[in-house]
Amino acid sequence: MIRYLVLVFSVFAFTLAVHAVAVDEKPLADPVQEARARALMKEFRCLVCQNQSIEDSNAELAQDLRMIVRERIALGDSSDNVRAYMVDRYGDWVLLRPPLKSSTYFLWGSPFLVVLIILLVVMRKRRSAAAVPQPLSDDETARLAQLLEDDT
Amino acid sequence: MIGEIGQFSLIVALAFALVGATLPHVGAHRGNIRLMALADRAVLAQFLMAVTAFAALTYAFVTSDFSVVNVAANSHSLKPMLYKISGVWGNHEGSLLFWVLILTLFGALVSWRGKNLPLRFRSRVLAVQSLLVVGFLSFILFTSNPFLRLDPAPLDGSGLNPLLQDPGLAFHPPMLYLGYVGLSIAFSFAVAALLEGEVTPLWARWVRPWALLAWTFLTGGIALGSWWAYYELGWGGWWFWDPVENASFMPWLAATALLHSAIVVEKRDALKSWTILLAIVAFSFSLLGTFLVRSGVITSVHAFATDPARGIFILGFLGLVIGGSMALYAWRAPKLVPGGLFGIVSRESGLVLNNIFLSTFAAVVLVGTLYPLFVEAAGAGQITVGPPFFEFAAMILMSPLIVALGFGPLLSWKRGKLSRAAQIAFPALVVALVAATVLVWKTSGGYVMTAFGFGLALWLLASVLLEIAGRIKLWQAPARALSRLTKSSRAQWGMSLAHGGLGIMLLGITISEAFTSEQLLVMAPGDTATVAGYDFKFDGVAPVAGPNYSAVRGFFEVSENGETMTTLMPEDRVYTNPVMNTTEAAIYPLLPGDLYAVVGEAAGAGRWSVRLYFKPLISGIWLGAIMMMIGGILSLSDRRLRIGMPAGKRAVVSVKQPLQSEGAV
Repeated sequence: MIRYLVLVFSVFAFTLAVHAVAVDEKPLADPVQEARARALMKEFRCLVCQNQSIEDSNAELAQDLRMIVRERIALGDSSDNVRAYMVDRYGDWVLLRPPLKSSTYFLWGSPFLVVLIILLVVMRKRRSAAAVPQPLSDDETARLAQLLEDDT
Repeated sequence: MIGEIGQFSLIVALAFALVGATLPHVGAHRGNIRLMALADRAVLAQFLMAVTAFAALTYAFVTSDFSVVNVAANSHSLKPMLYKISGVWGNHEGSLLFWVLILTLFGALVSWRGKNLPLRFRSRVLAVQSLLVVGFLSFILFTSNPFLRLDPAPLDGSGLNPLLQDPGLAFHPPMLYLGYVGLSIAFSFAVAALLEGEVTPLWARWVRPWALLAWTFLTGGIALGSWWAYYELGWGGWWFWDPVENASFMPWLAATALLHSAIVVEKRDALKSWTILLAIVAFSFSLLGTFLVRSGVITSVHAFATDPARGIFILGFLGLVIGGSMALYAWRAPKLVPGGLFGIVSRESGLVLNNIFLSTFAAVVLVGTLYPLFVEAAGAGQITVGPPFFEFAAMILMSPLIVALGFGPLLSWKRGKLSRAAQIAFPALVVALVAATVLVWKTSGGYVMTAFGFGLALWLLASVLLEIAGRIKLWQAPARALSRLTKSSRAQWGMSLAHGGLGIMLLGITISEAFTSEQLLVMAPGDTATVAGYDFKFDGVAPVAGPNYSAVRGFFEVSENGETMTTLMPEDRVYTNPVMNTTEAAIYPLLPGDLYAVVGEAAGAGRWSVRLYFKPLISGIWLGAIMMMIGGILSLSDRRLRIGMPAGKRAVVSVKQPLQSEGAV
C-alpha cells in the first residue's frame, strides 16, 4: 500500500505548484450555508496533494470535492452527514481531523499522557534530589564559619 | 578535474574523521596528552577538506559543468547566478555536503575558541563531533555522491525546481541546517559530559551559546520557510503541519527547552541530567528530521530524493546515534551528582514548567507526524493527522505555557513569592481579560477561541512590559529608572525581546486566522472589487519575460476612500526548465494588515480569475520571529555568554569554590 501511495504521491508531488485560482465554481447562494461548506472544506484532505485541505488546494480533484461538499450542503445535509458521506467514499484518510476511535485513542490522549509522564518523572526526581544531603552554599559556609568562630 | 578534487577531499576528510573519532578517546582514557591533542588537528583538517569539496561543487555549479550528474540534474545554464549557487544545496547530495561543511565548521570553531576548556573534555567533545562527521561522510560517499560523472555530458542541465528558485528558499535550507547542526555541538558536549561523568555550571555556560545560536538559526529558517509559503503558494497559508515542517519544528521546540534548562544548570547547578537529556533529544530530532526528509518514509514536497538504500542507511545511523547516546545516558546519568534545590514557587520551577510543556509538545508533534505510519503498519487502516489535531495540541499545551511565561520572569531564583509576582502581573491580567471580553462582545460571541488567543497574546505582551518596568523600578524610583534601563544586560533585553516577539506572533496568528477577508472573483479590466474597505481596481494583465520563465502580470490599483495607495502586481509564471507553473502573490503590508492579490487563469473574453485578500496583522508572525531572532543575537552578544569567553579565569575559580567548601565541610 505504501509503495502504491508513494507512486501516487510522486506523480502528484508537484500538484502543489499548480495554482490555477479556481473561481468558476459558484459559491452557495445562502451565505450561512456557504460558510458551513467552507468550514467543512478545511476538514477534508485533498487526496492527491500533500497535506492540503480541499479548501487550500487547486487540484482538479479538490475542485470536484468542493463541489460535492456544496451539493450536499445545498441538499440540506448536516455537517456530520457530509463527513459521513466523504468517509464512506474515501475512508478515514480523507479526514484531516482523525476520528476518535480505538486506533486513535493514543493519539488524542498523547498531549495529556506525555504531560503526566513528564510531571511524574519530575516529581520523582525532586523527591530523590531532596533525599540527598546538599552541600552548603558559599553563604551558608561563611555563616557556619562565622558561627563557629563566634562560639570559640 | 575539479570534481575529482572534491571527491578526493571527501575521502581524505573521512580518514581524518575516523582518526579524530577514535584516538582522542583512547588518549582521554589513558591520559595520553598527545593523542588527546590530535582531536584539534583532526577537526581542523576535516574542515579544510570539507571546504575544498564544497568549493569544488560550487565551482561545478557556477561554471555549469554538466559532466557532473548532480549539476546536470539540478542546474541550467540560463539560471540566474544566485540560483546557480543556491542550487548547490538545493538538492539531496549537495545539501548533505553542506551539512558536513557546517558540522566540521562548528567542530573547528569549538577547537579554535575552546582552548580554555580542559584538554580531556575538549578532545572528547571533538571526538564525538568527528564521529558524526564519519556518519555523514560515509552516507555521502556510499549512497549520495555529489561528484559522480556523466559521460557524455548533456548540452544543458534539466534545471532547478522552480519553487526553489526564490530568494526566500535560497536561504531557507542553509539557515535550517545551521540550526540543526548547531545542536550537534550541544549533543557532543552532552555525550562528552556523560563520558566524563561530570556536569558543571561551566558546562552549561559552554552549551548555552551553542543552543542559543542553533535556536536563532532555526527560528530564522522556519520563519523564512513559512514566509515563502505565504507569498509563493498563492492562498496566503503559512504553516501546514506538513511532516517536513514538523521535522524542523520539533528540534526548535527541544532547542527552546534546552536553552531554558541550561540557564538553570548555569545559575543554580540544578536540572543537570535533564539538560543532558534535552541536548541529546534536540539533536536526535534534527537527525530524525533529516531522516524524514531524505528517506521519503513520509512523502512530502520537500522530499526531492526517495531512495530505499539511503533510507536504510539513515535509519541505521539514526539508531546508532540516538540509541547509543540514550544507552550512554541511561548508564551514566544516574551517576551525576544532583545539584541545587529550589522551592515549588521559584524561577527554576517556572523554567521546569516551560520545559515540561515544550518537550511534551515536541513529543506530541512527533506522535502526530508518525501516527499514520503506525496505524497503517498495525493494519488499522489509513488515517490522516492534519492541522486540526496539531492545533488542538498547540492550544492544550501552549496556553498554560504562555500563562506561566507571564509569571516566570517575575519570580526570583531559589524561593520566590507568587503573591509578589501576581501583584506585578495583575495589570497584565486586567488587560488580557478586558481585551478578550471586548472581542467577544464586539463579535457577539462568534469568536470565543479567538478572544482567548487574543487575551493570551496581550497577557504576554503586558507582562513583558511590566517585567521591564519592575526591573528598572519604574514606579518606585522613576527618577533613576532610565539609568537602570540602560544598565540592563543584553541577556535581559534578549529575553524581553524574544518573549515579546512570541506575543506579537501569537497576536498575528490569532487575528489573521479569524478576520481574514477574501474574495474569489472573475474580473474584467476596469472592474473594482472591495475587500475589507479597500477597493481593488483591476487594470488588466501584461505578458512578462523573465530569464528562464514567462509570466502573466496582473495590475490592481488599490485605493481606500478614493485615495490610491499602491498598485499590486501578482504574477503567474511558467518556468521552462523544468516546465512548471508558479504563483507570485503581490503583497502590500500596511499597519493594520496585508493586502494580498493573486492572479490565476484566463476566464475568457479578457476576464481573469483572481483572489484578493486582506489579512489583518499577519505581519506580526514574521515580525515576532524577527524579534525572537534579535533577542537571541542580543543574548548571544552578552559579554558573559560570548562564545569562547565563558571559561575565563574568574569563572573557573567560581566553579571550583563549591568543591573546596564541600571539602572544608
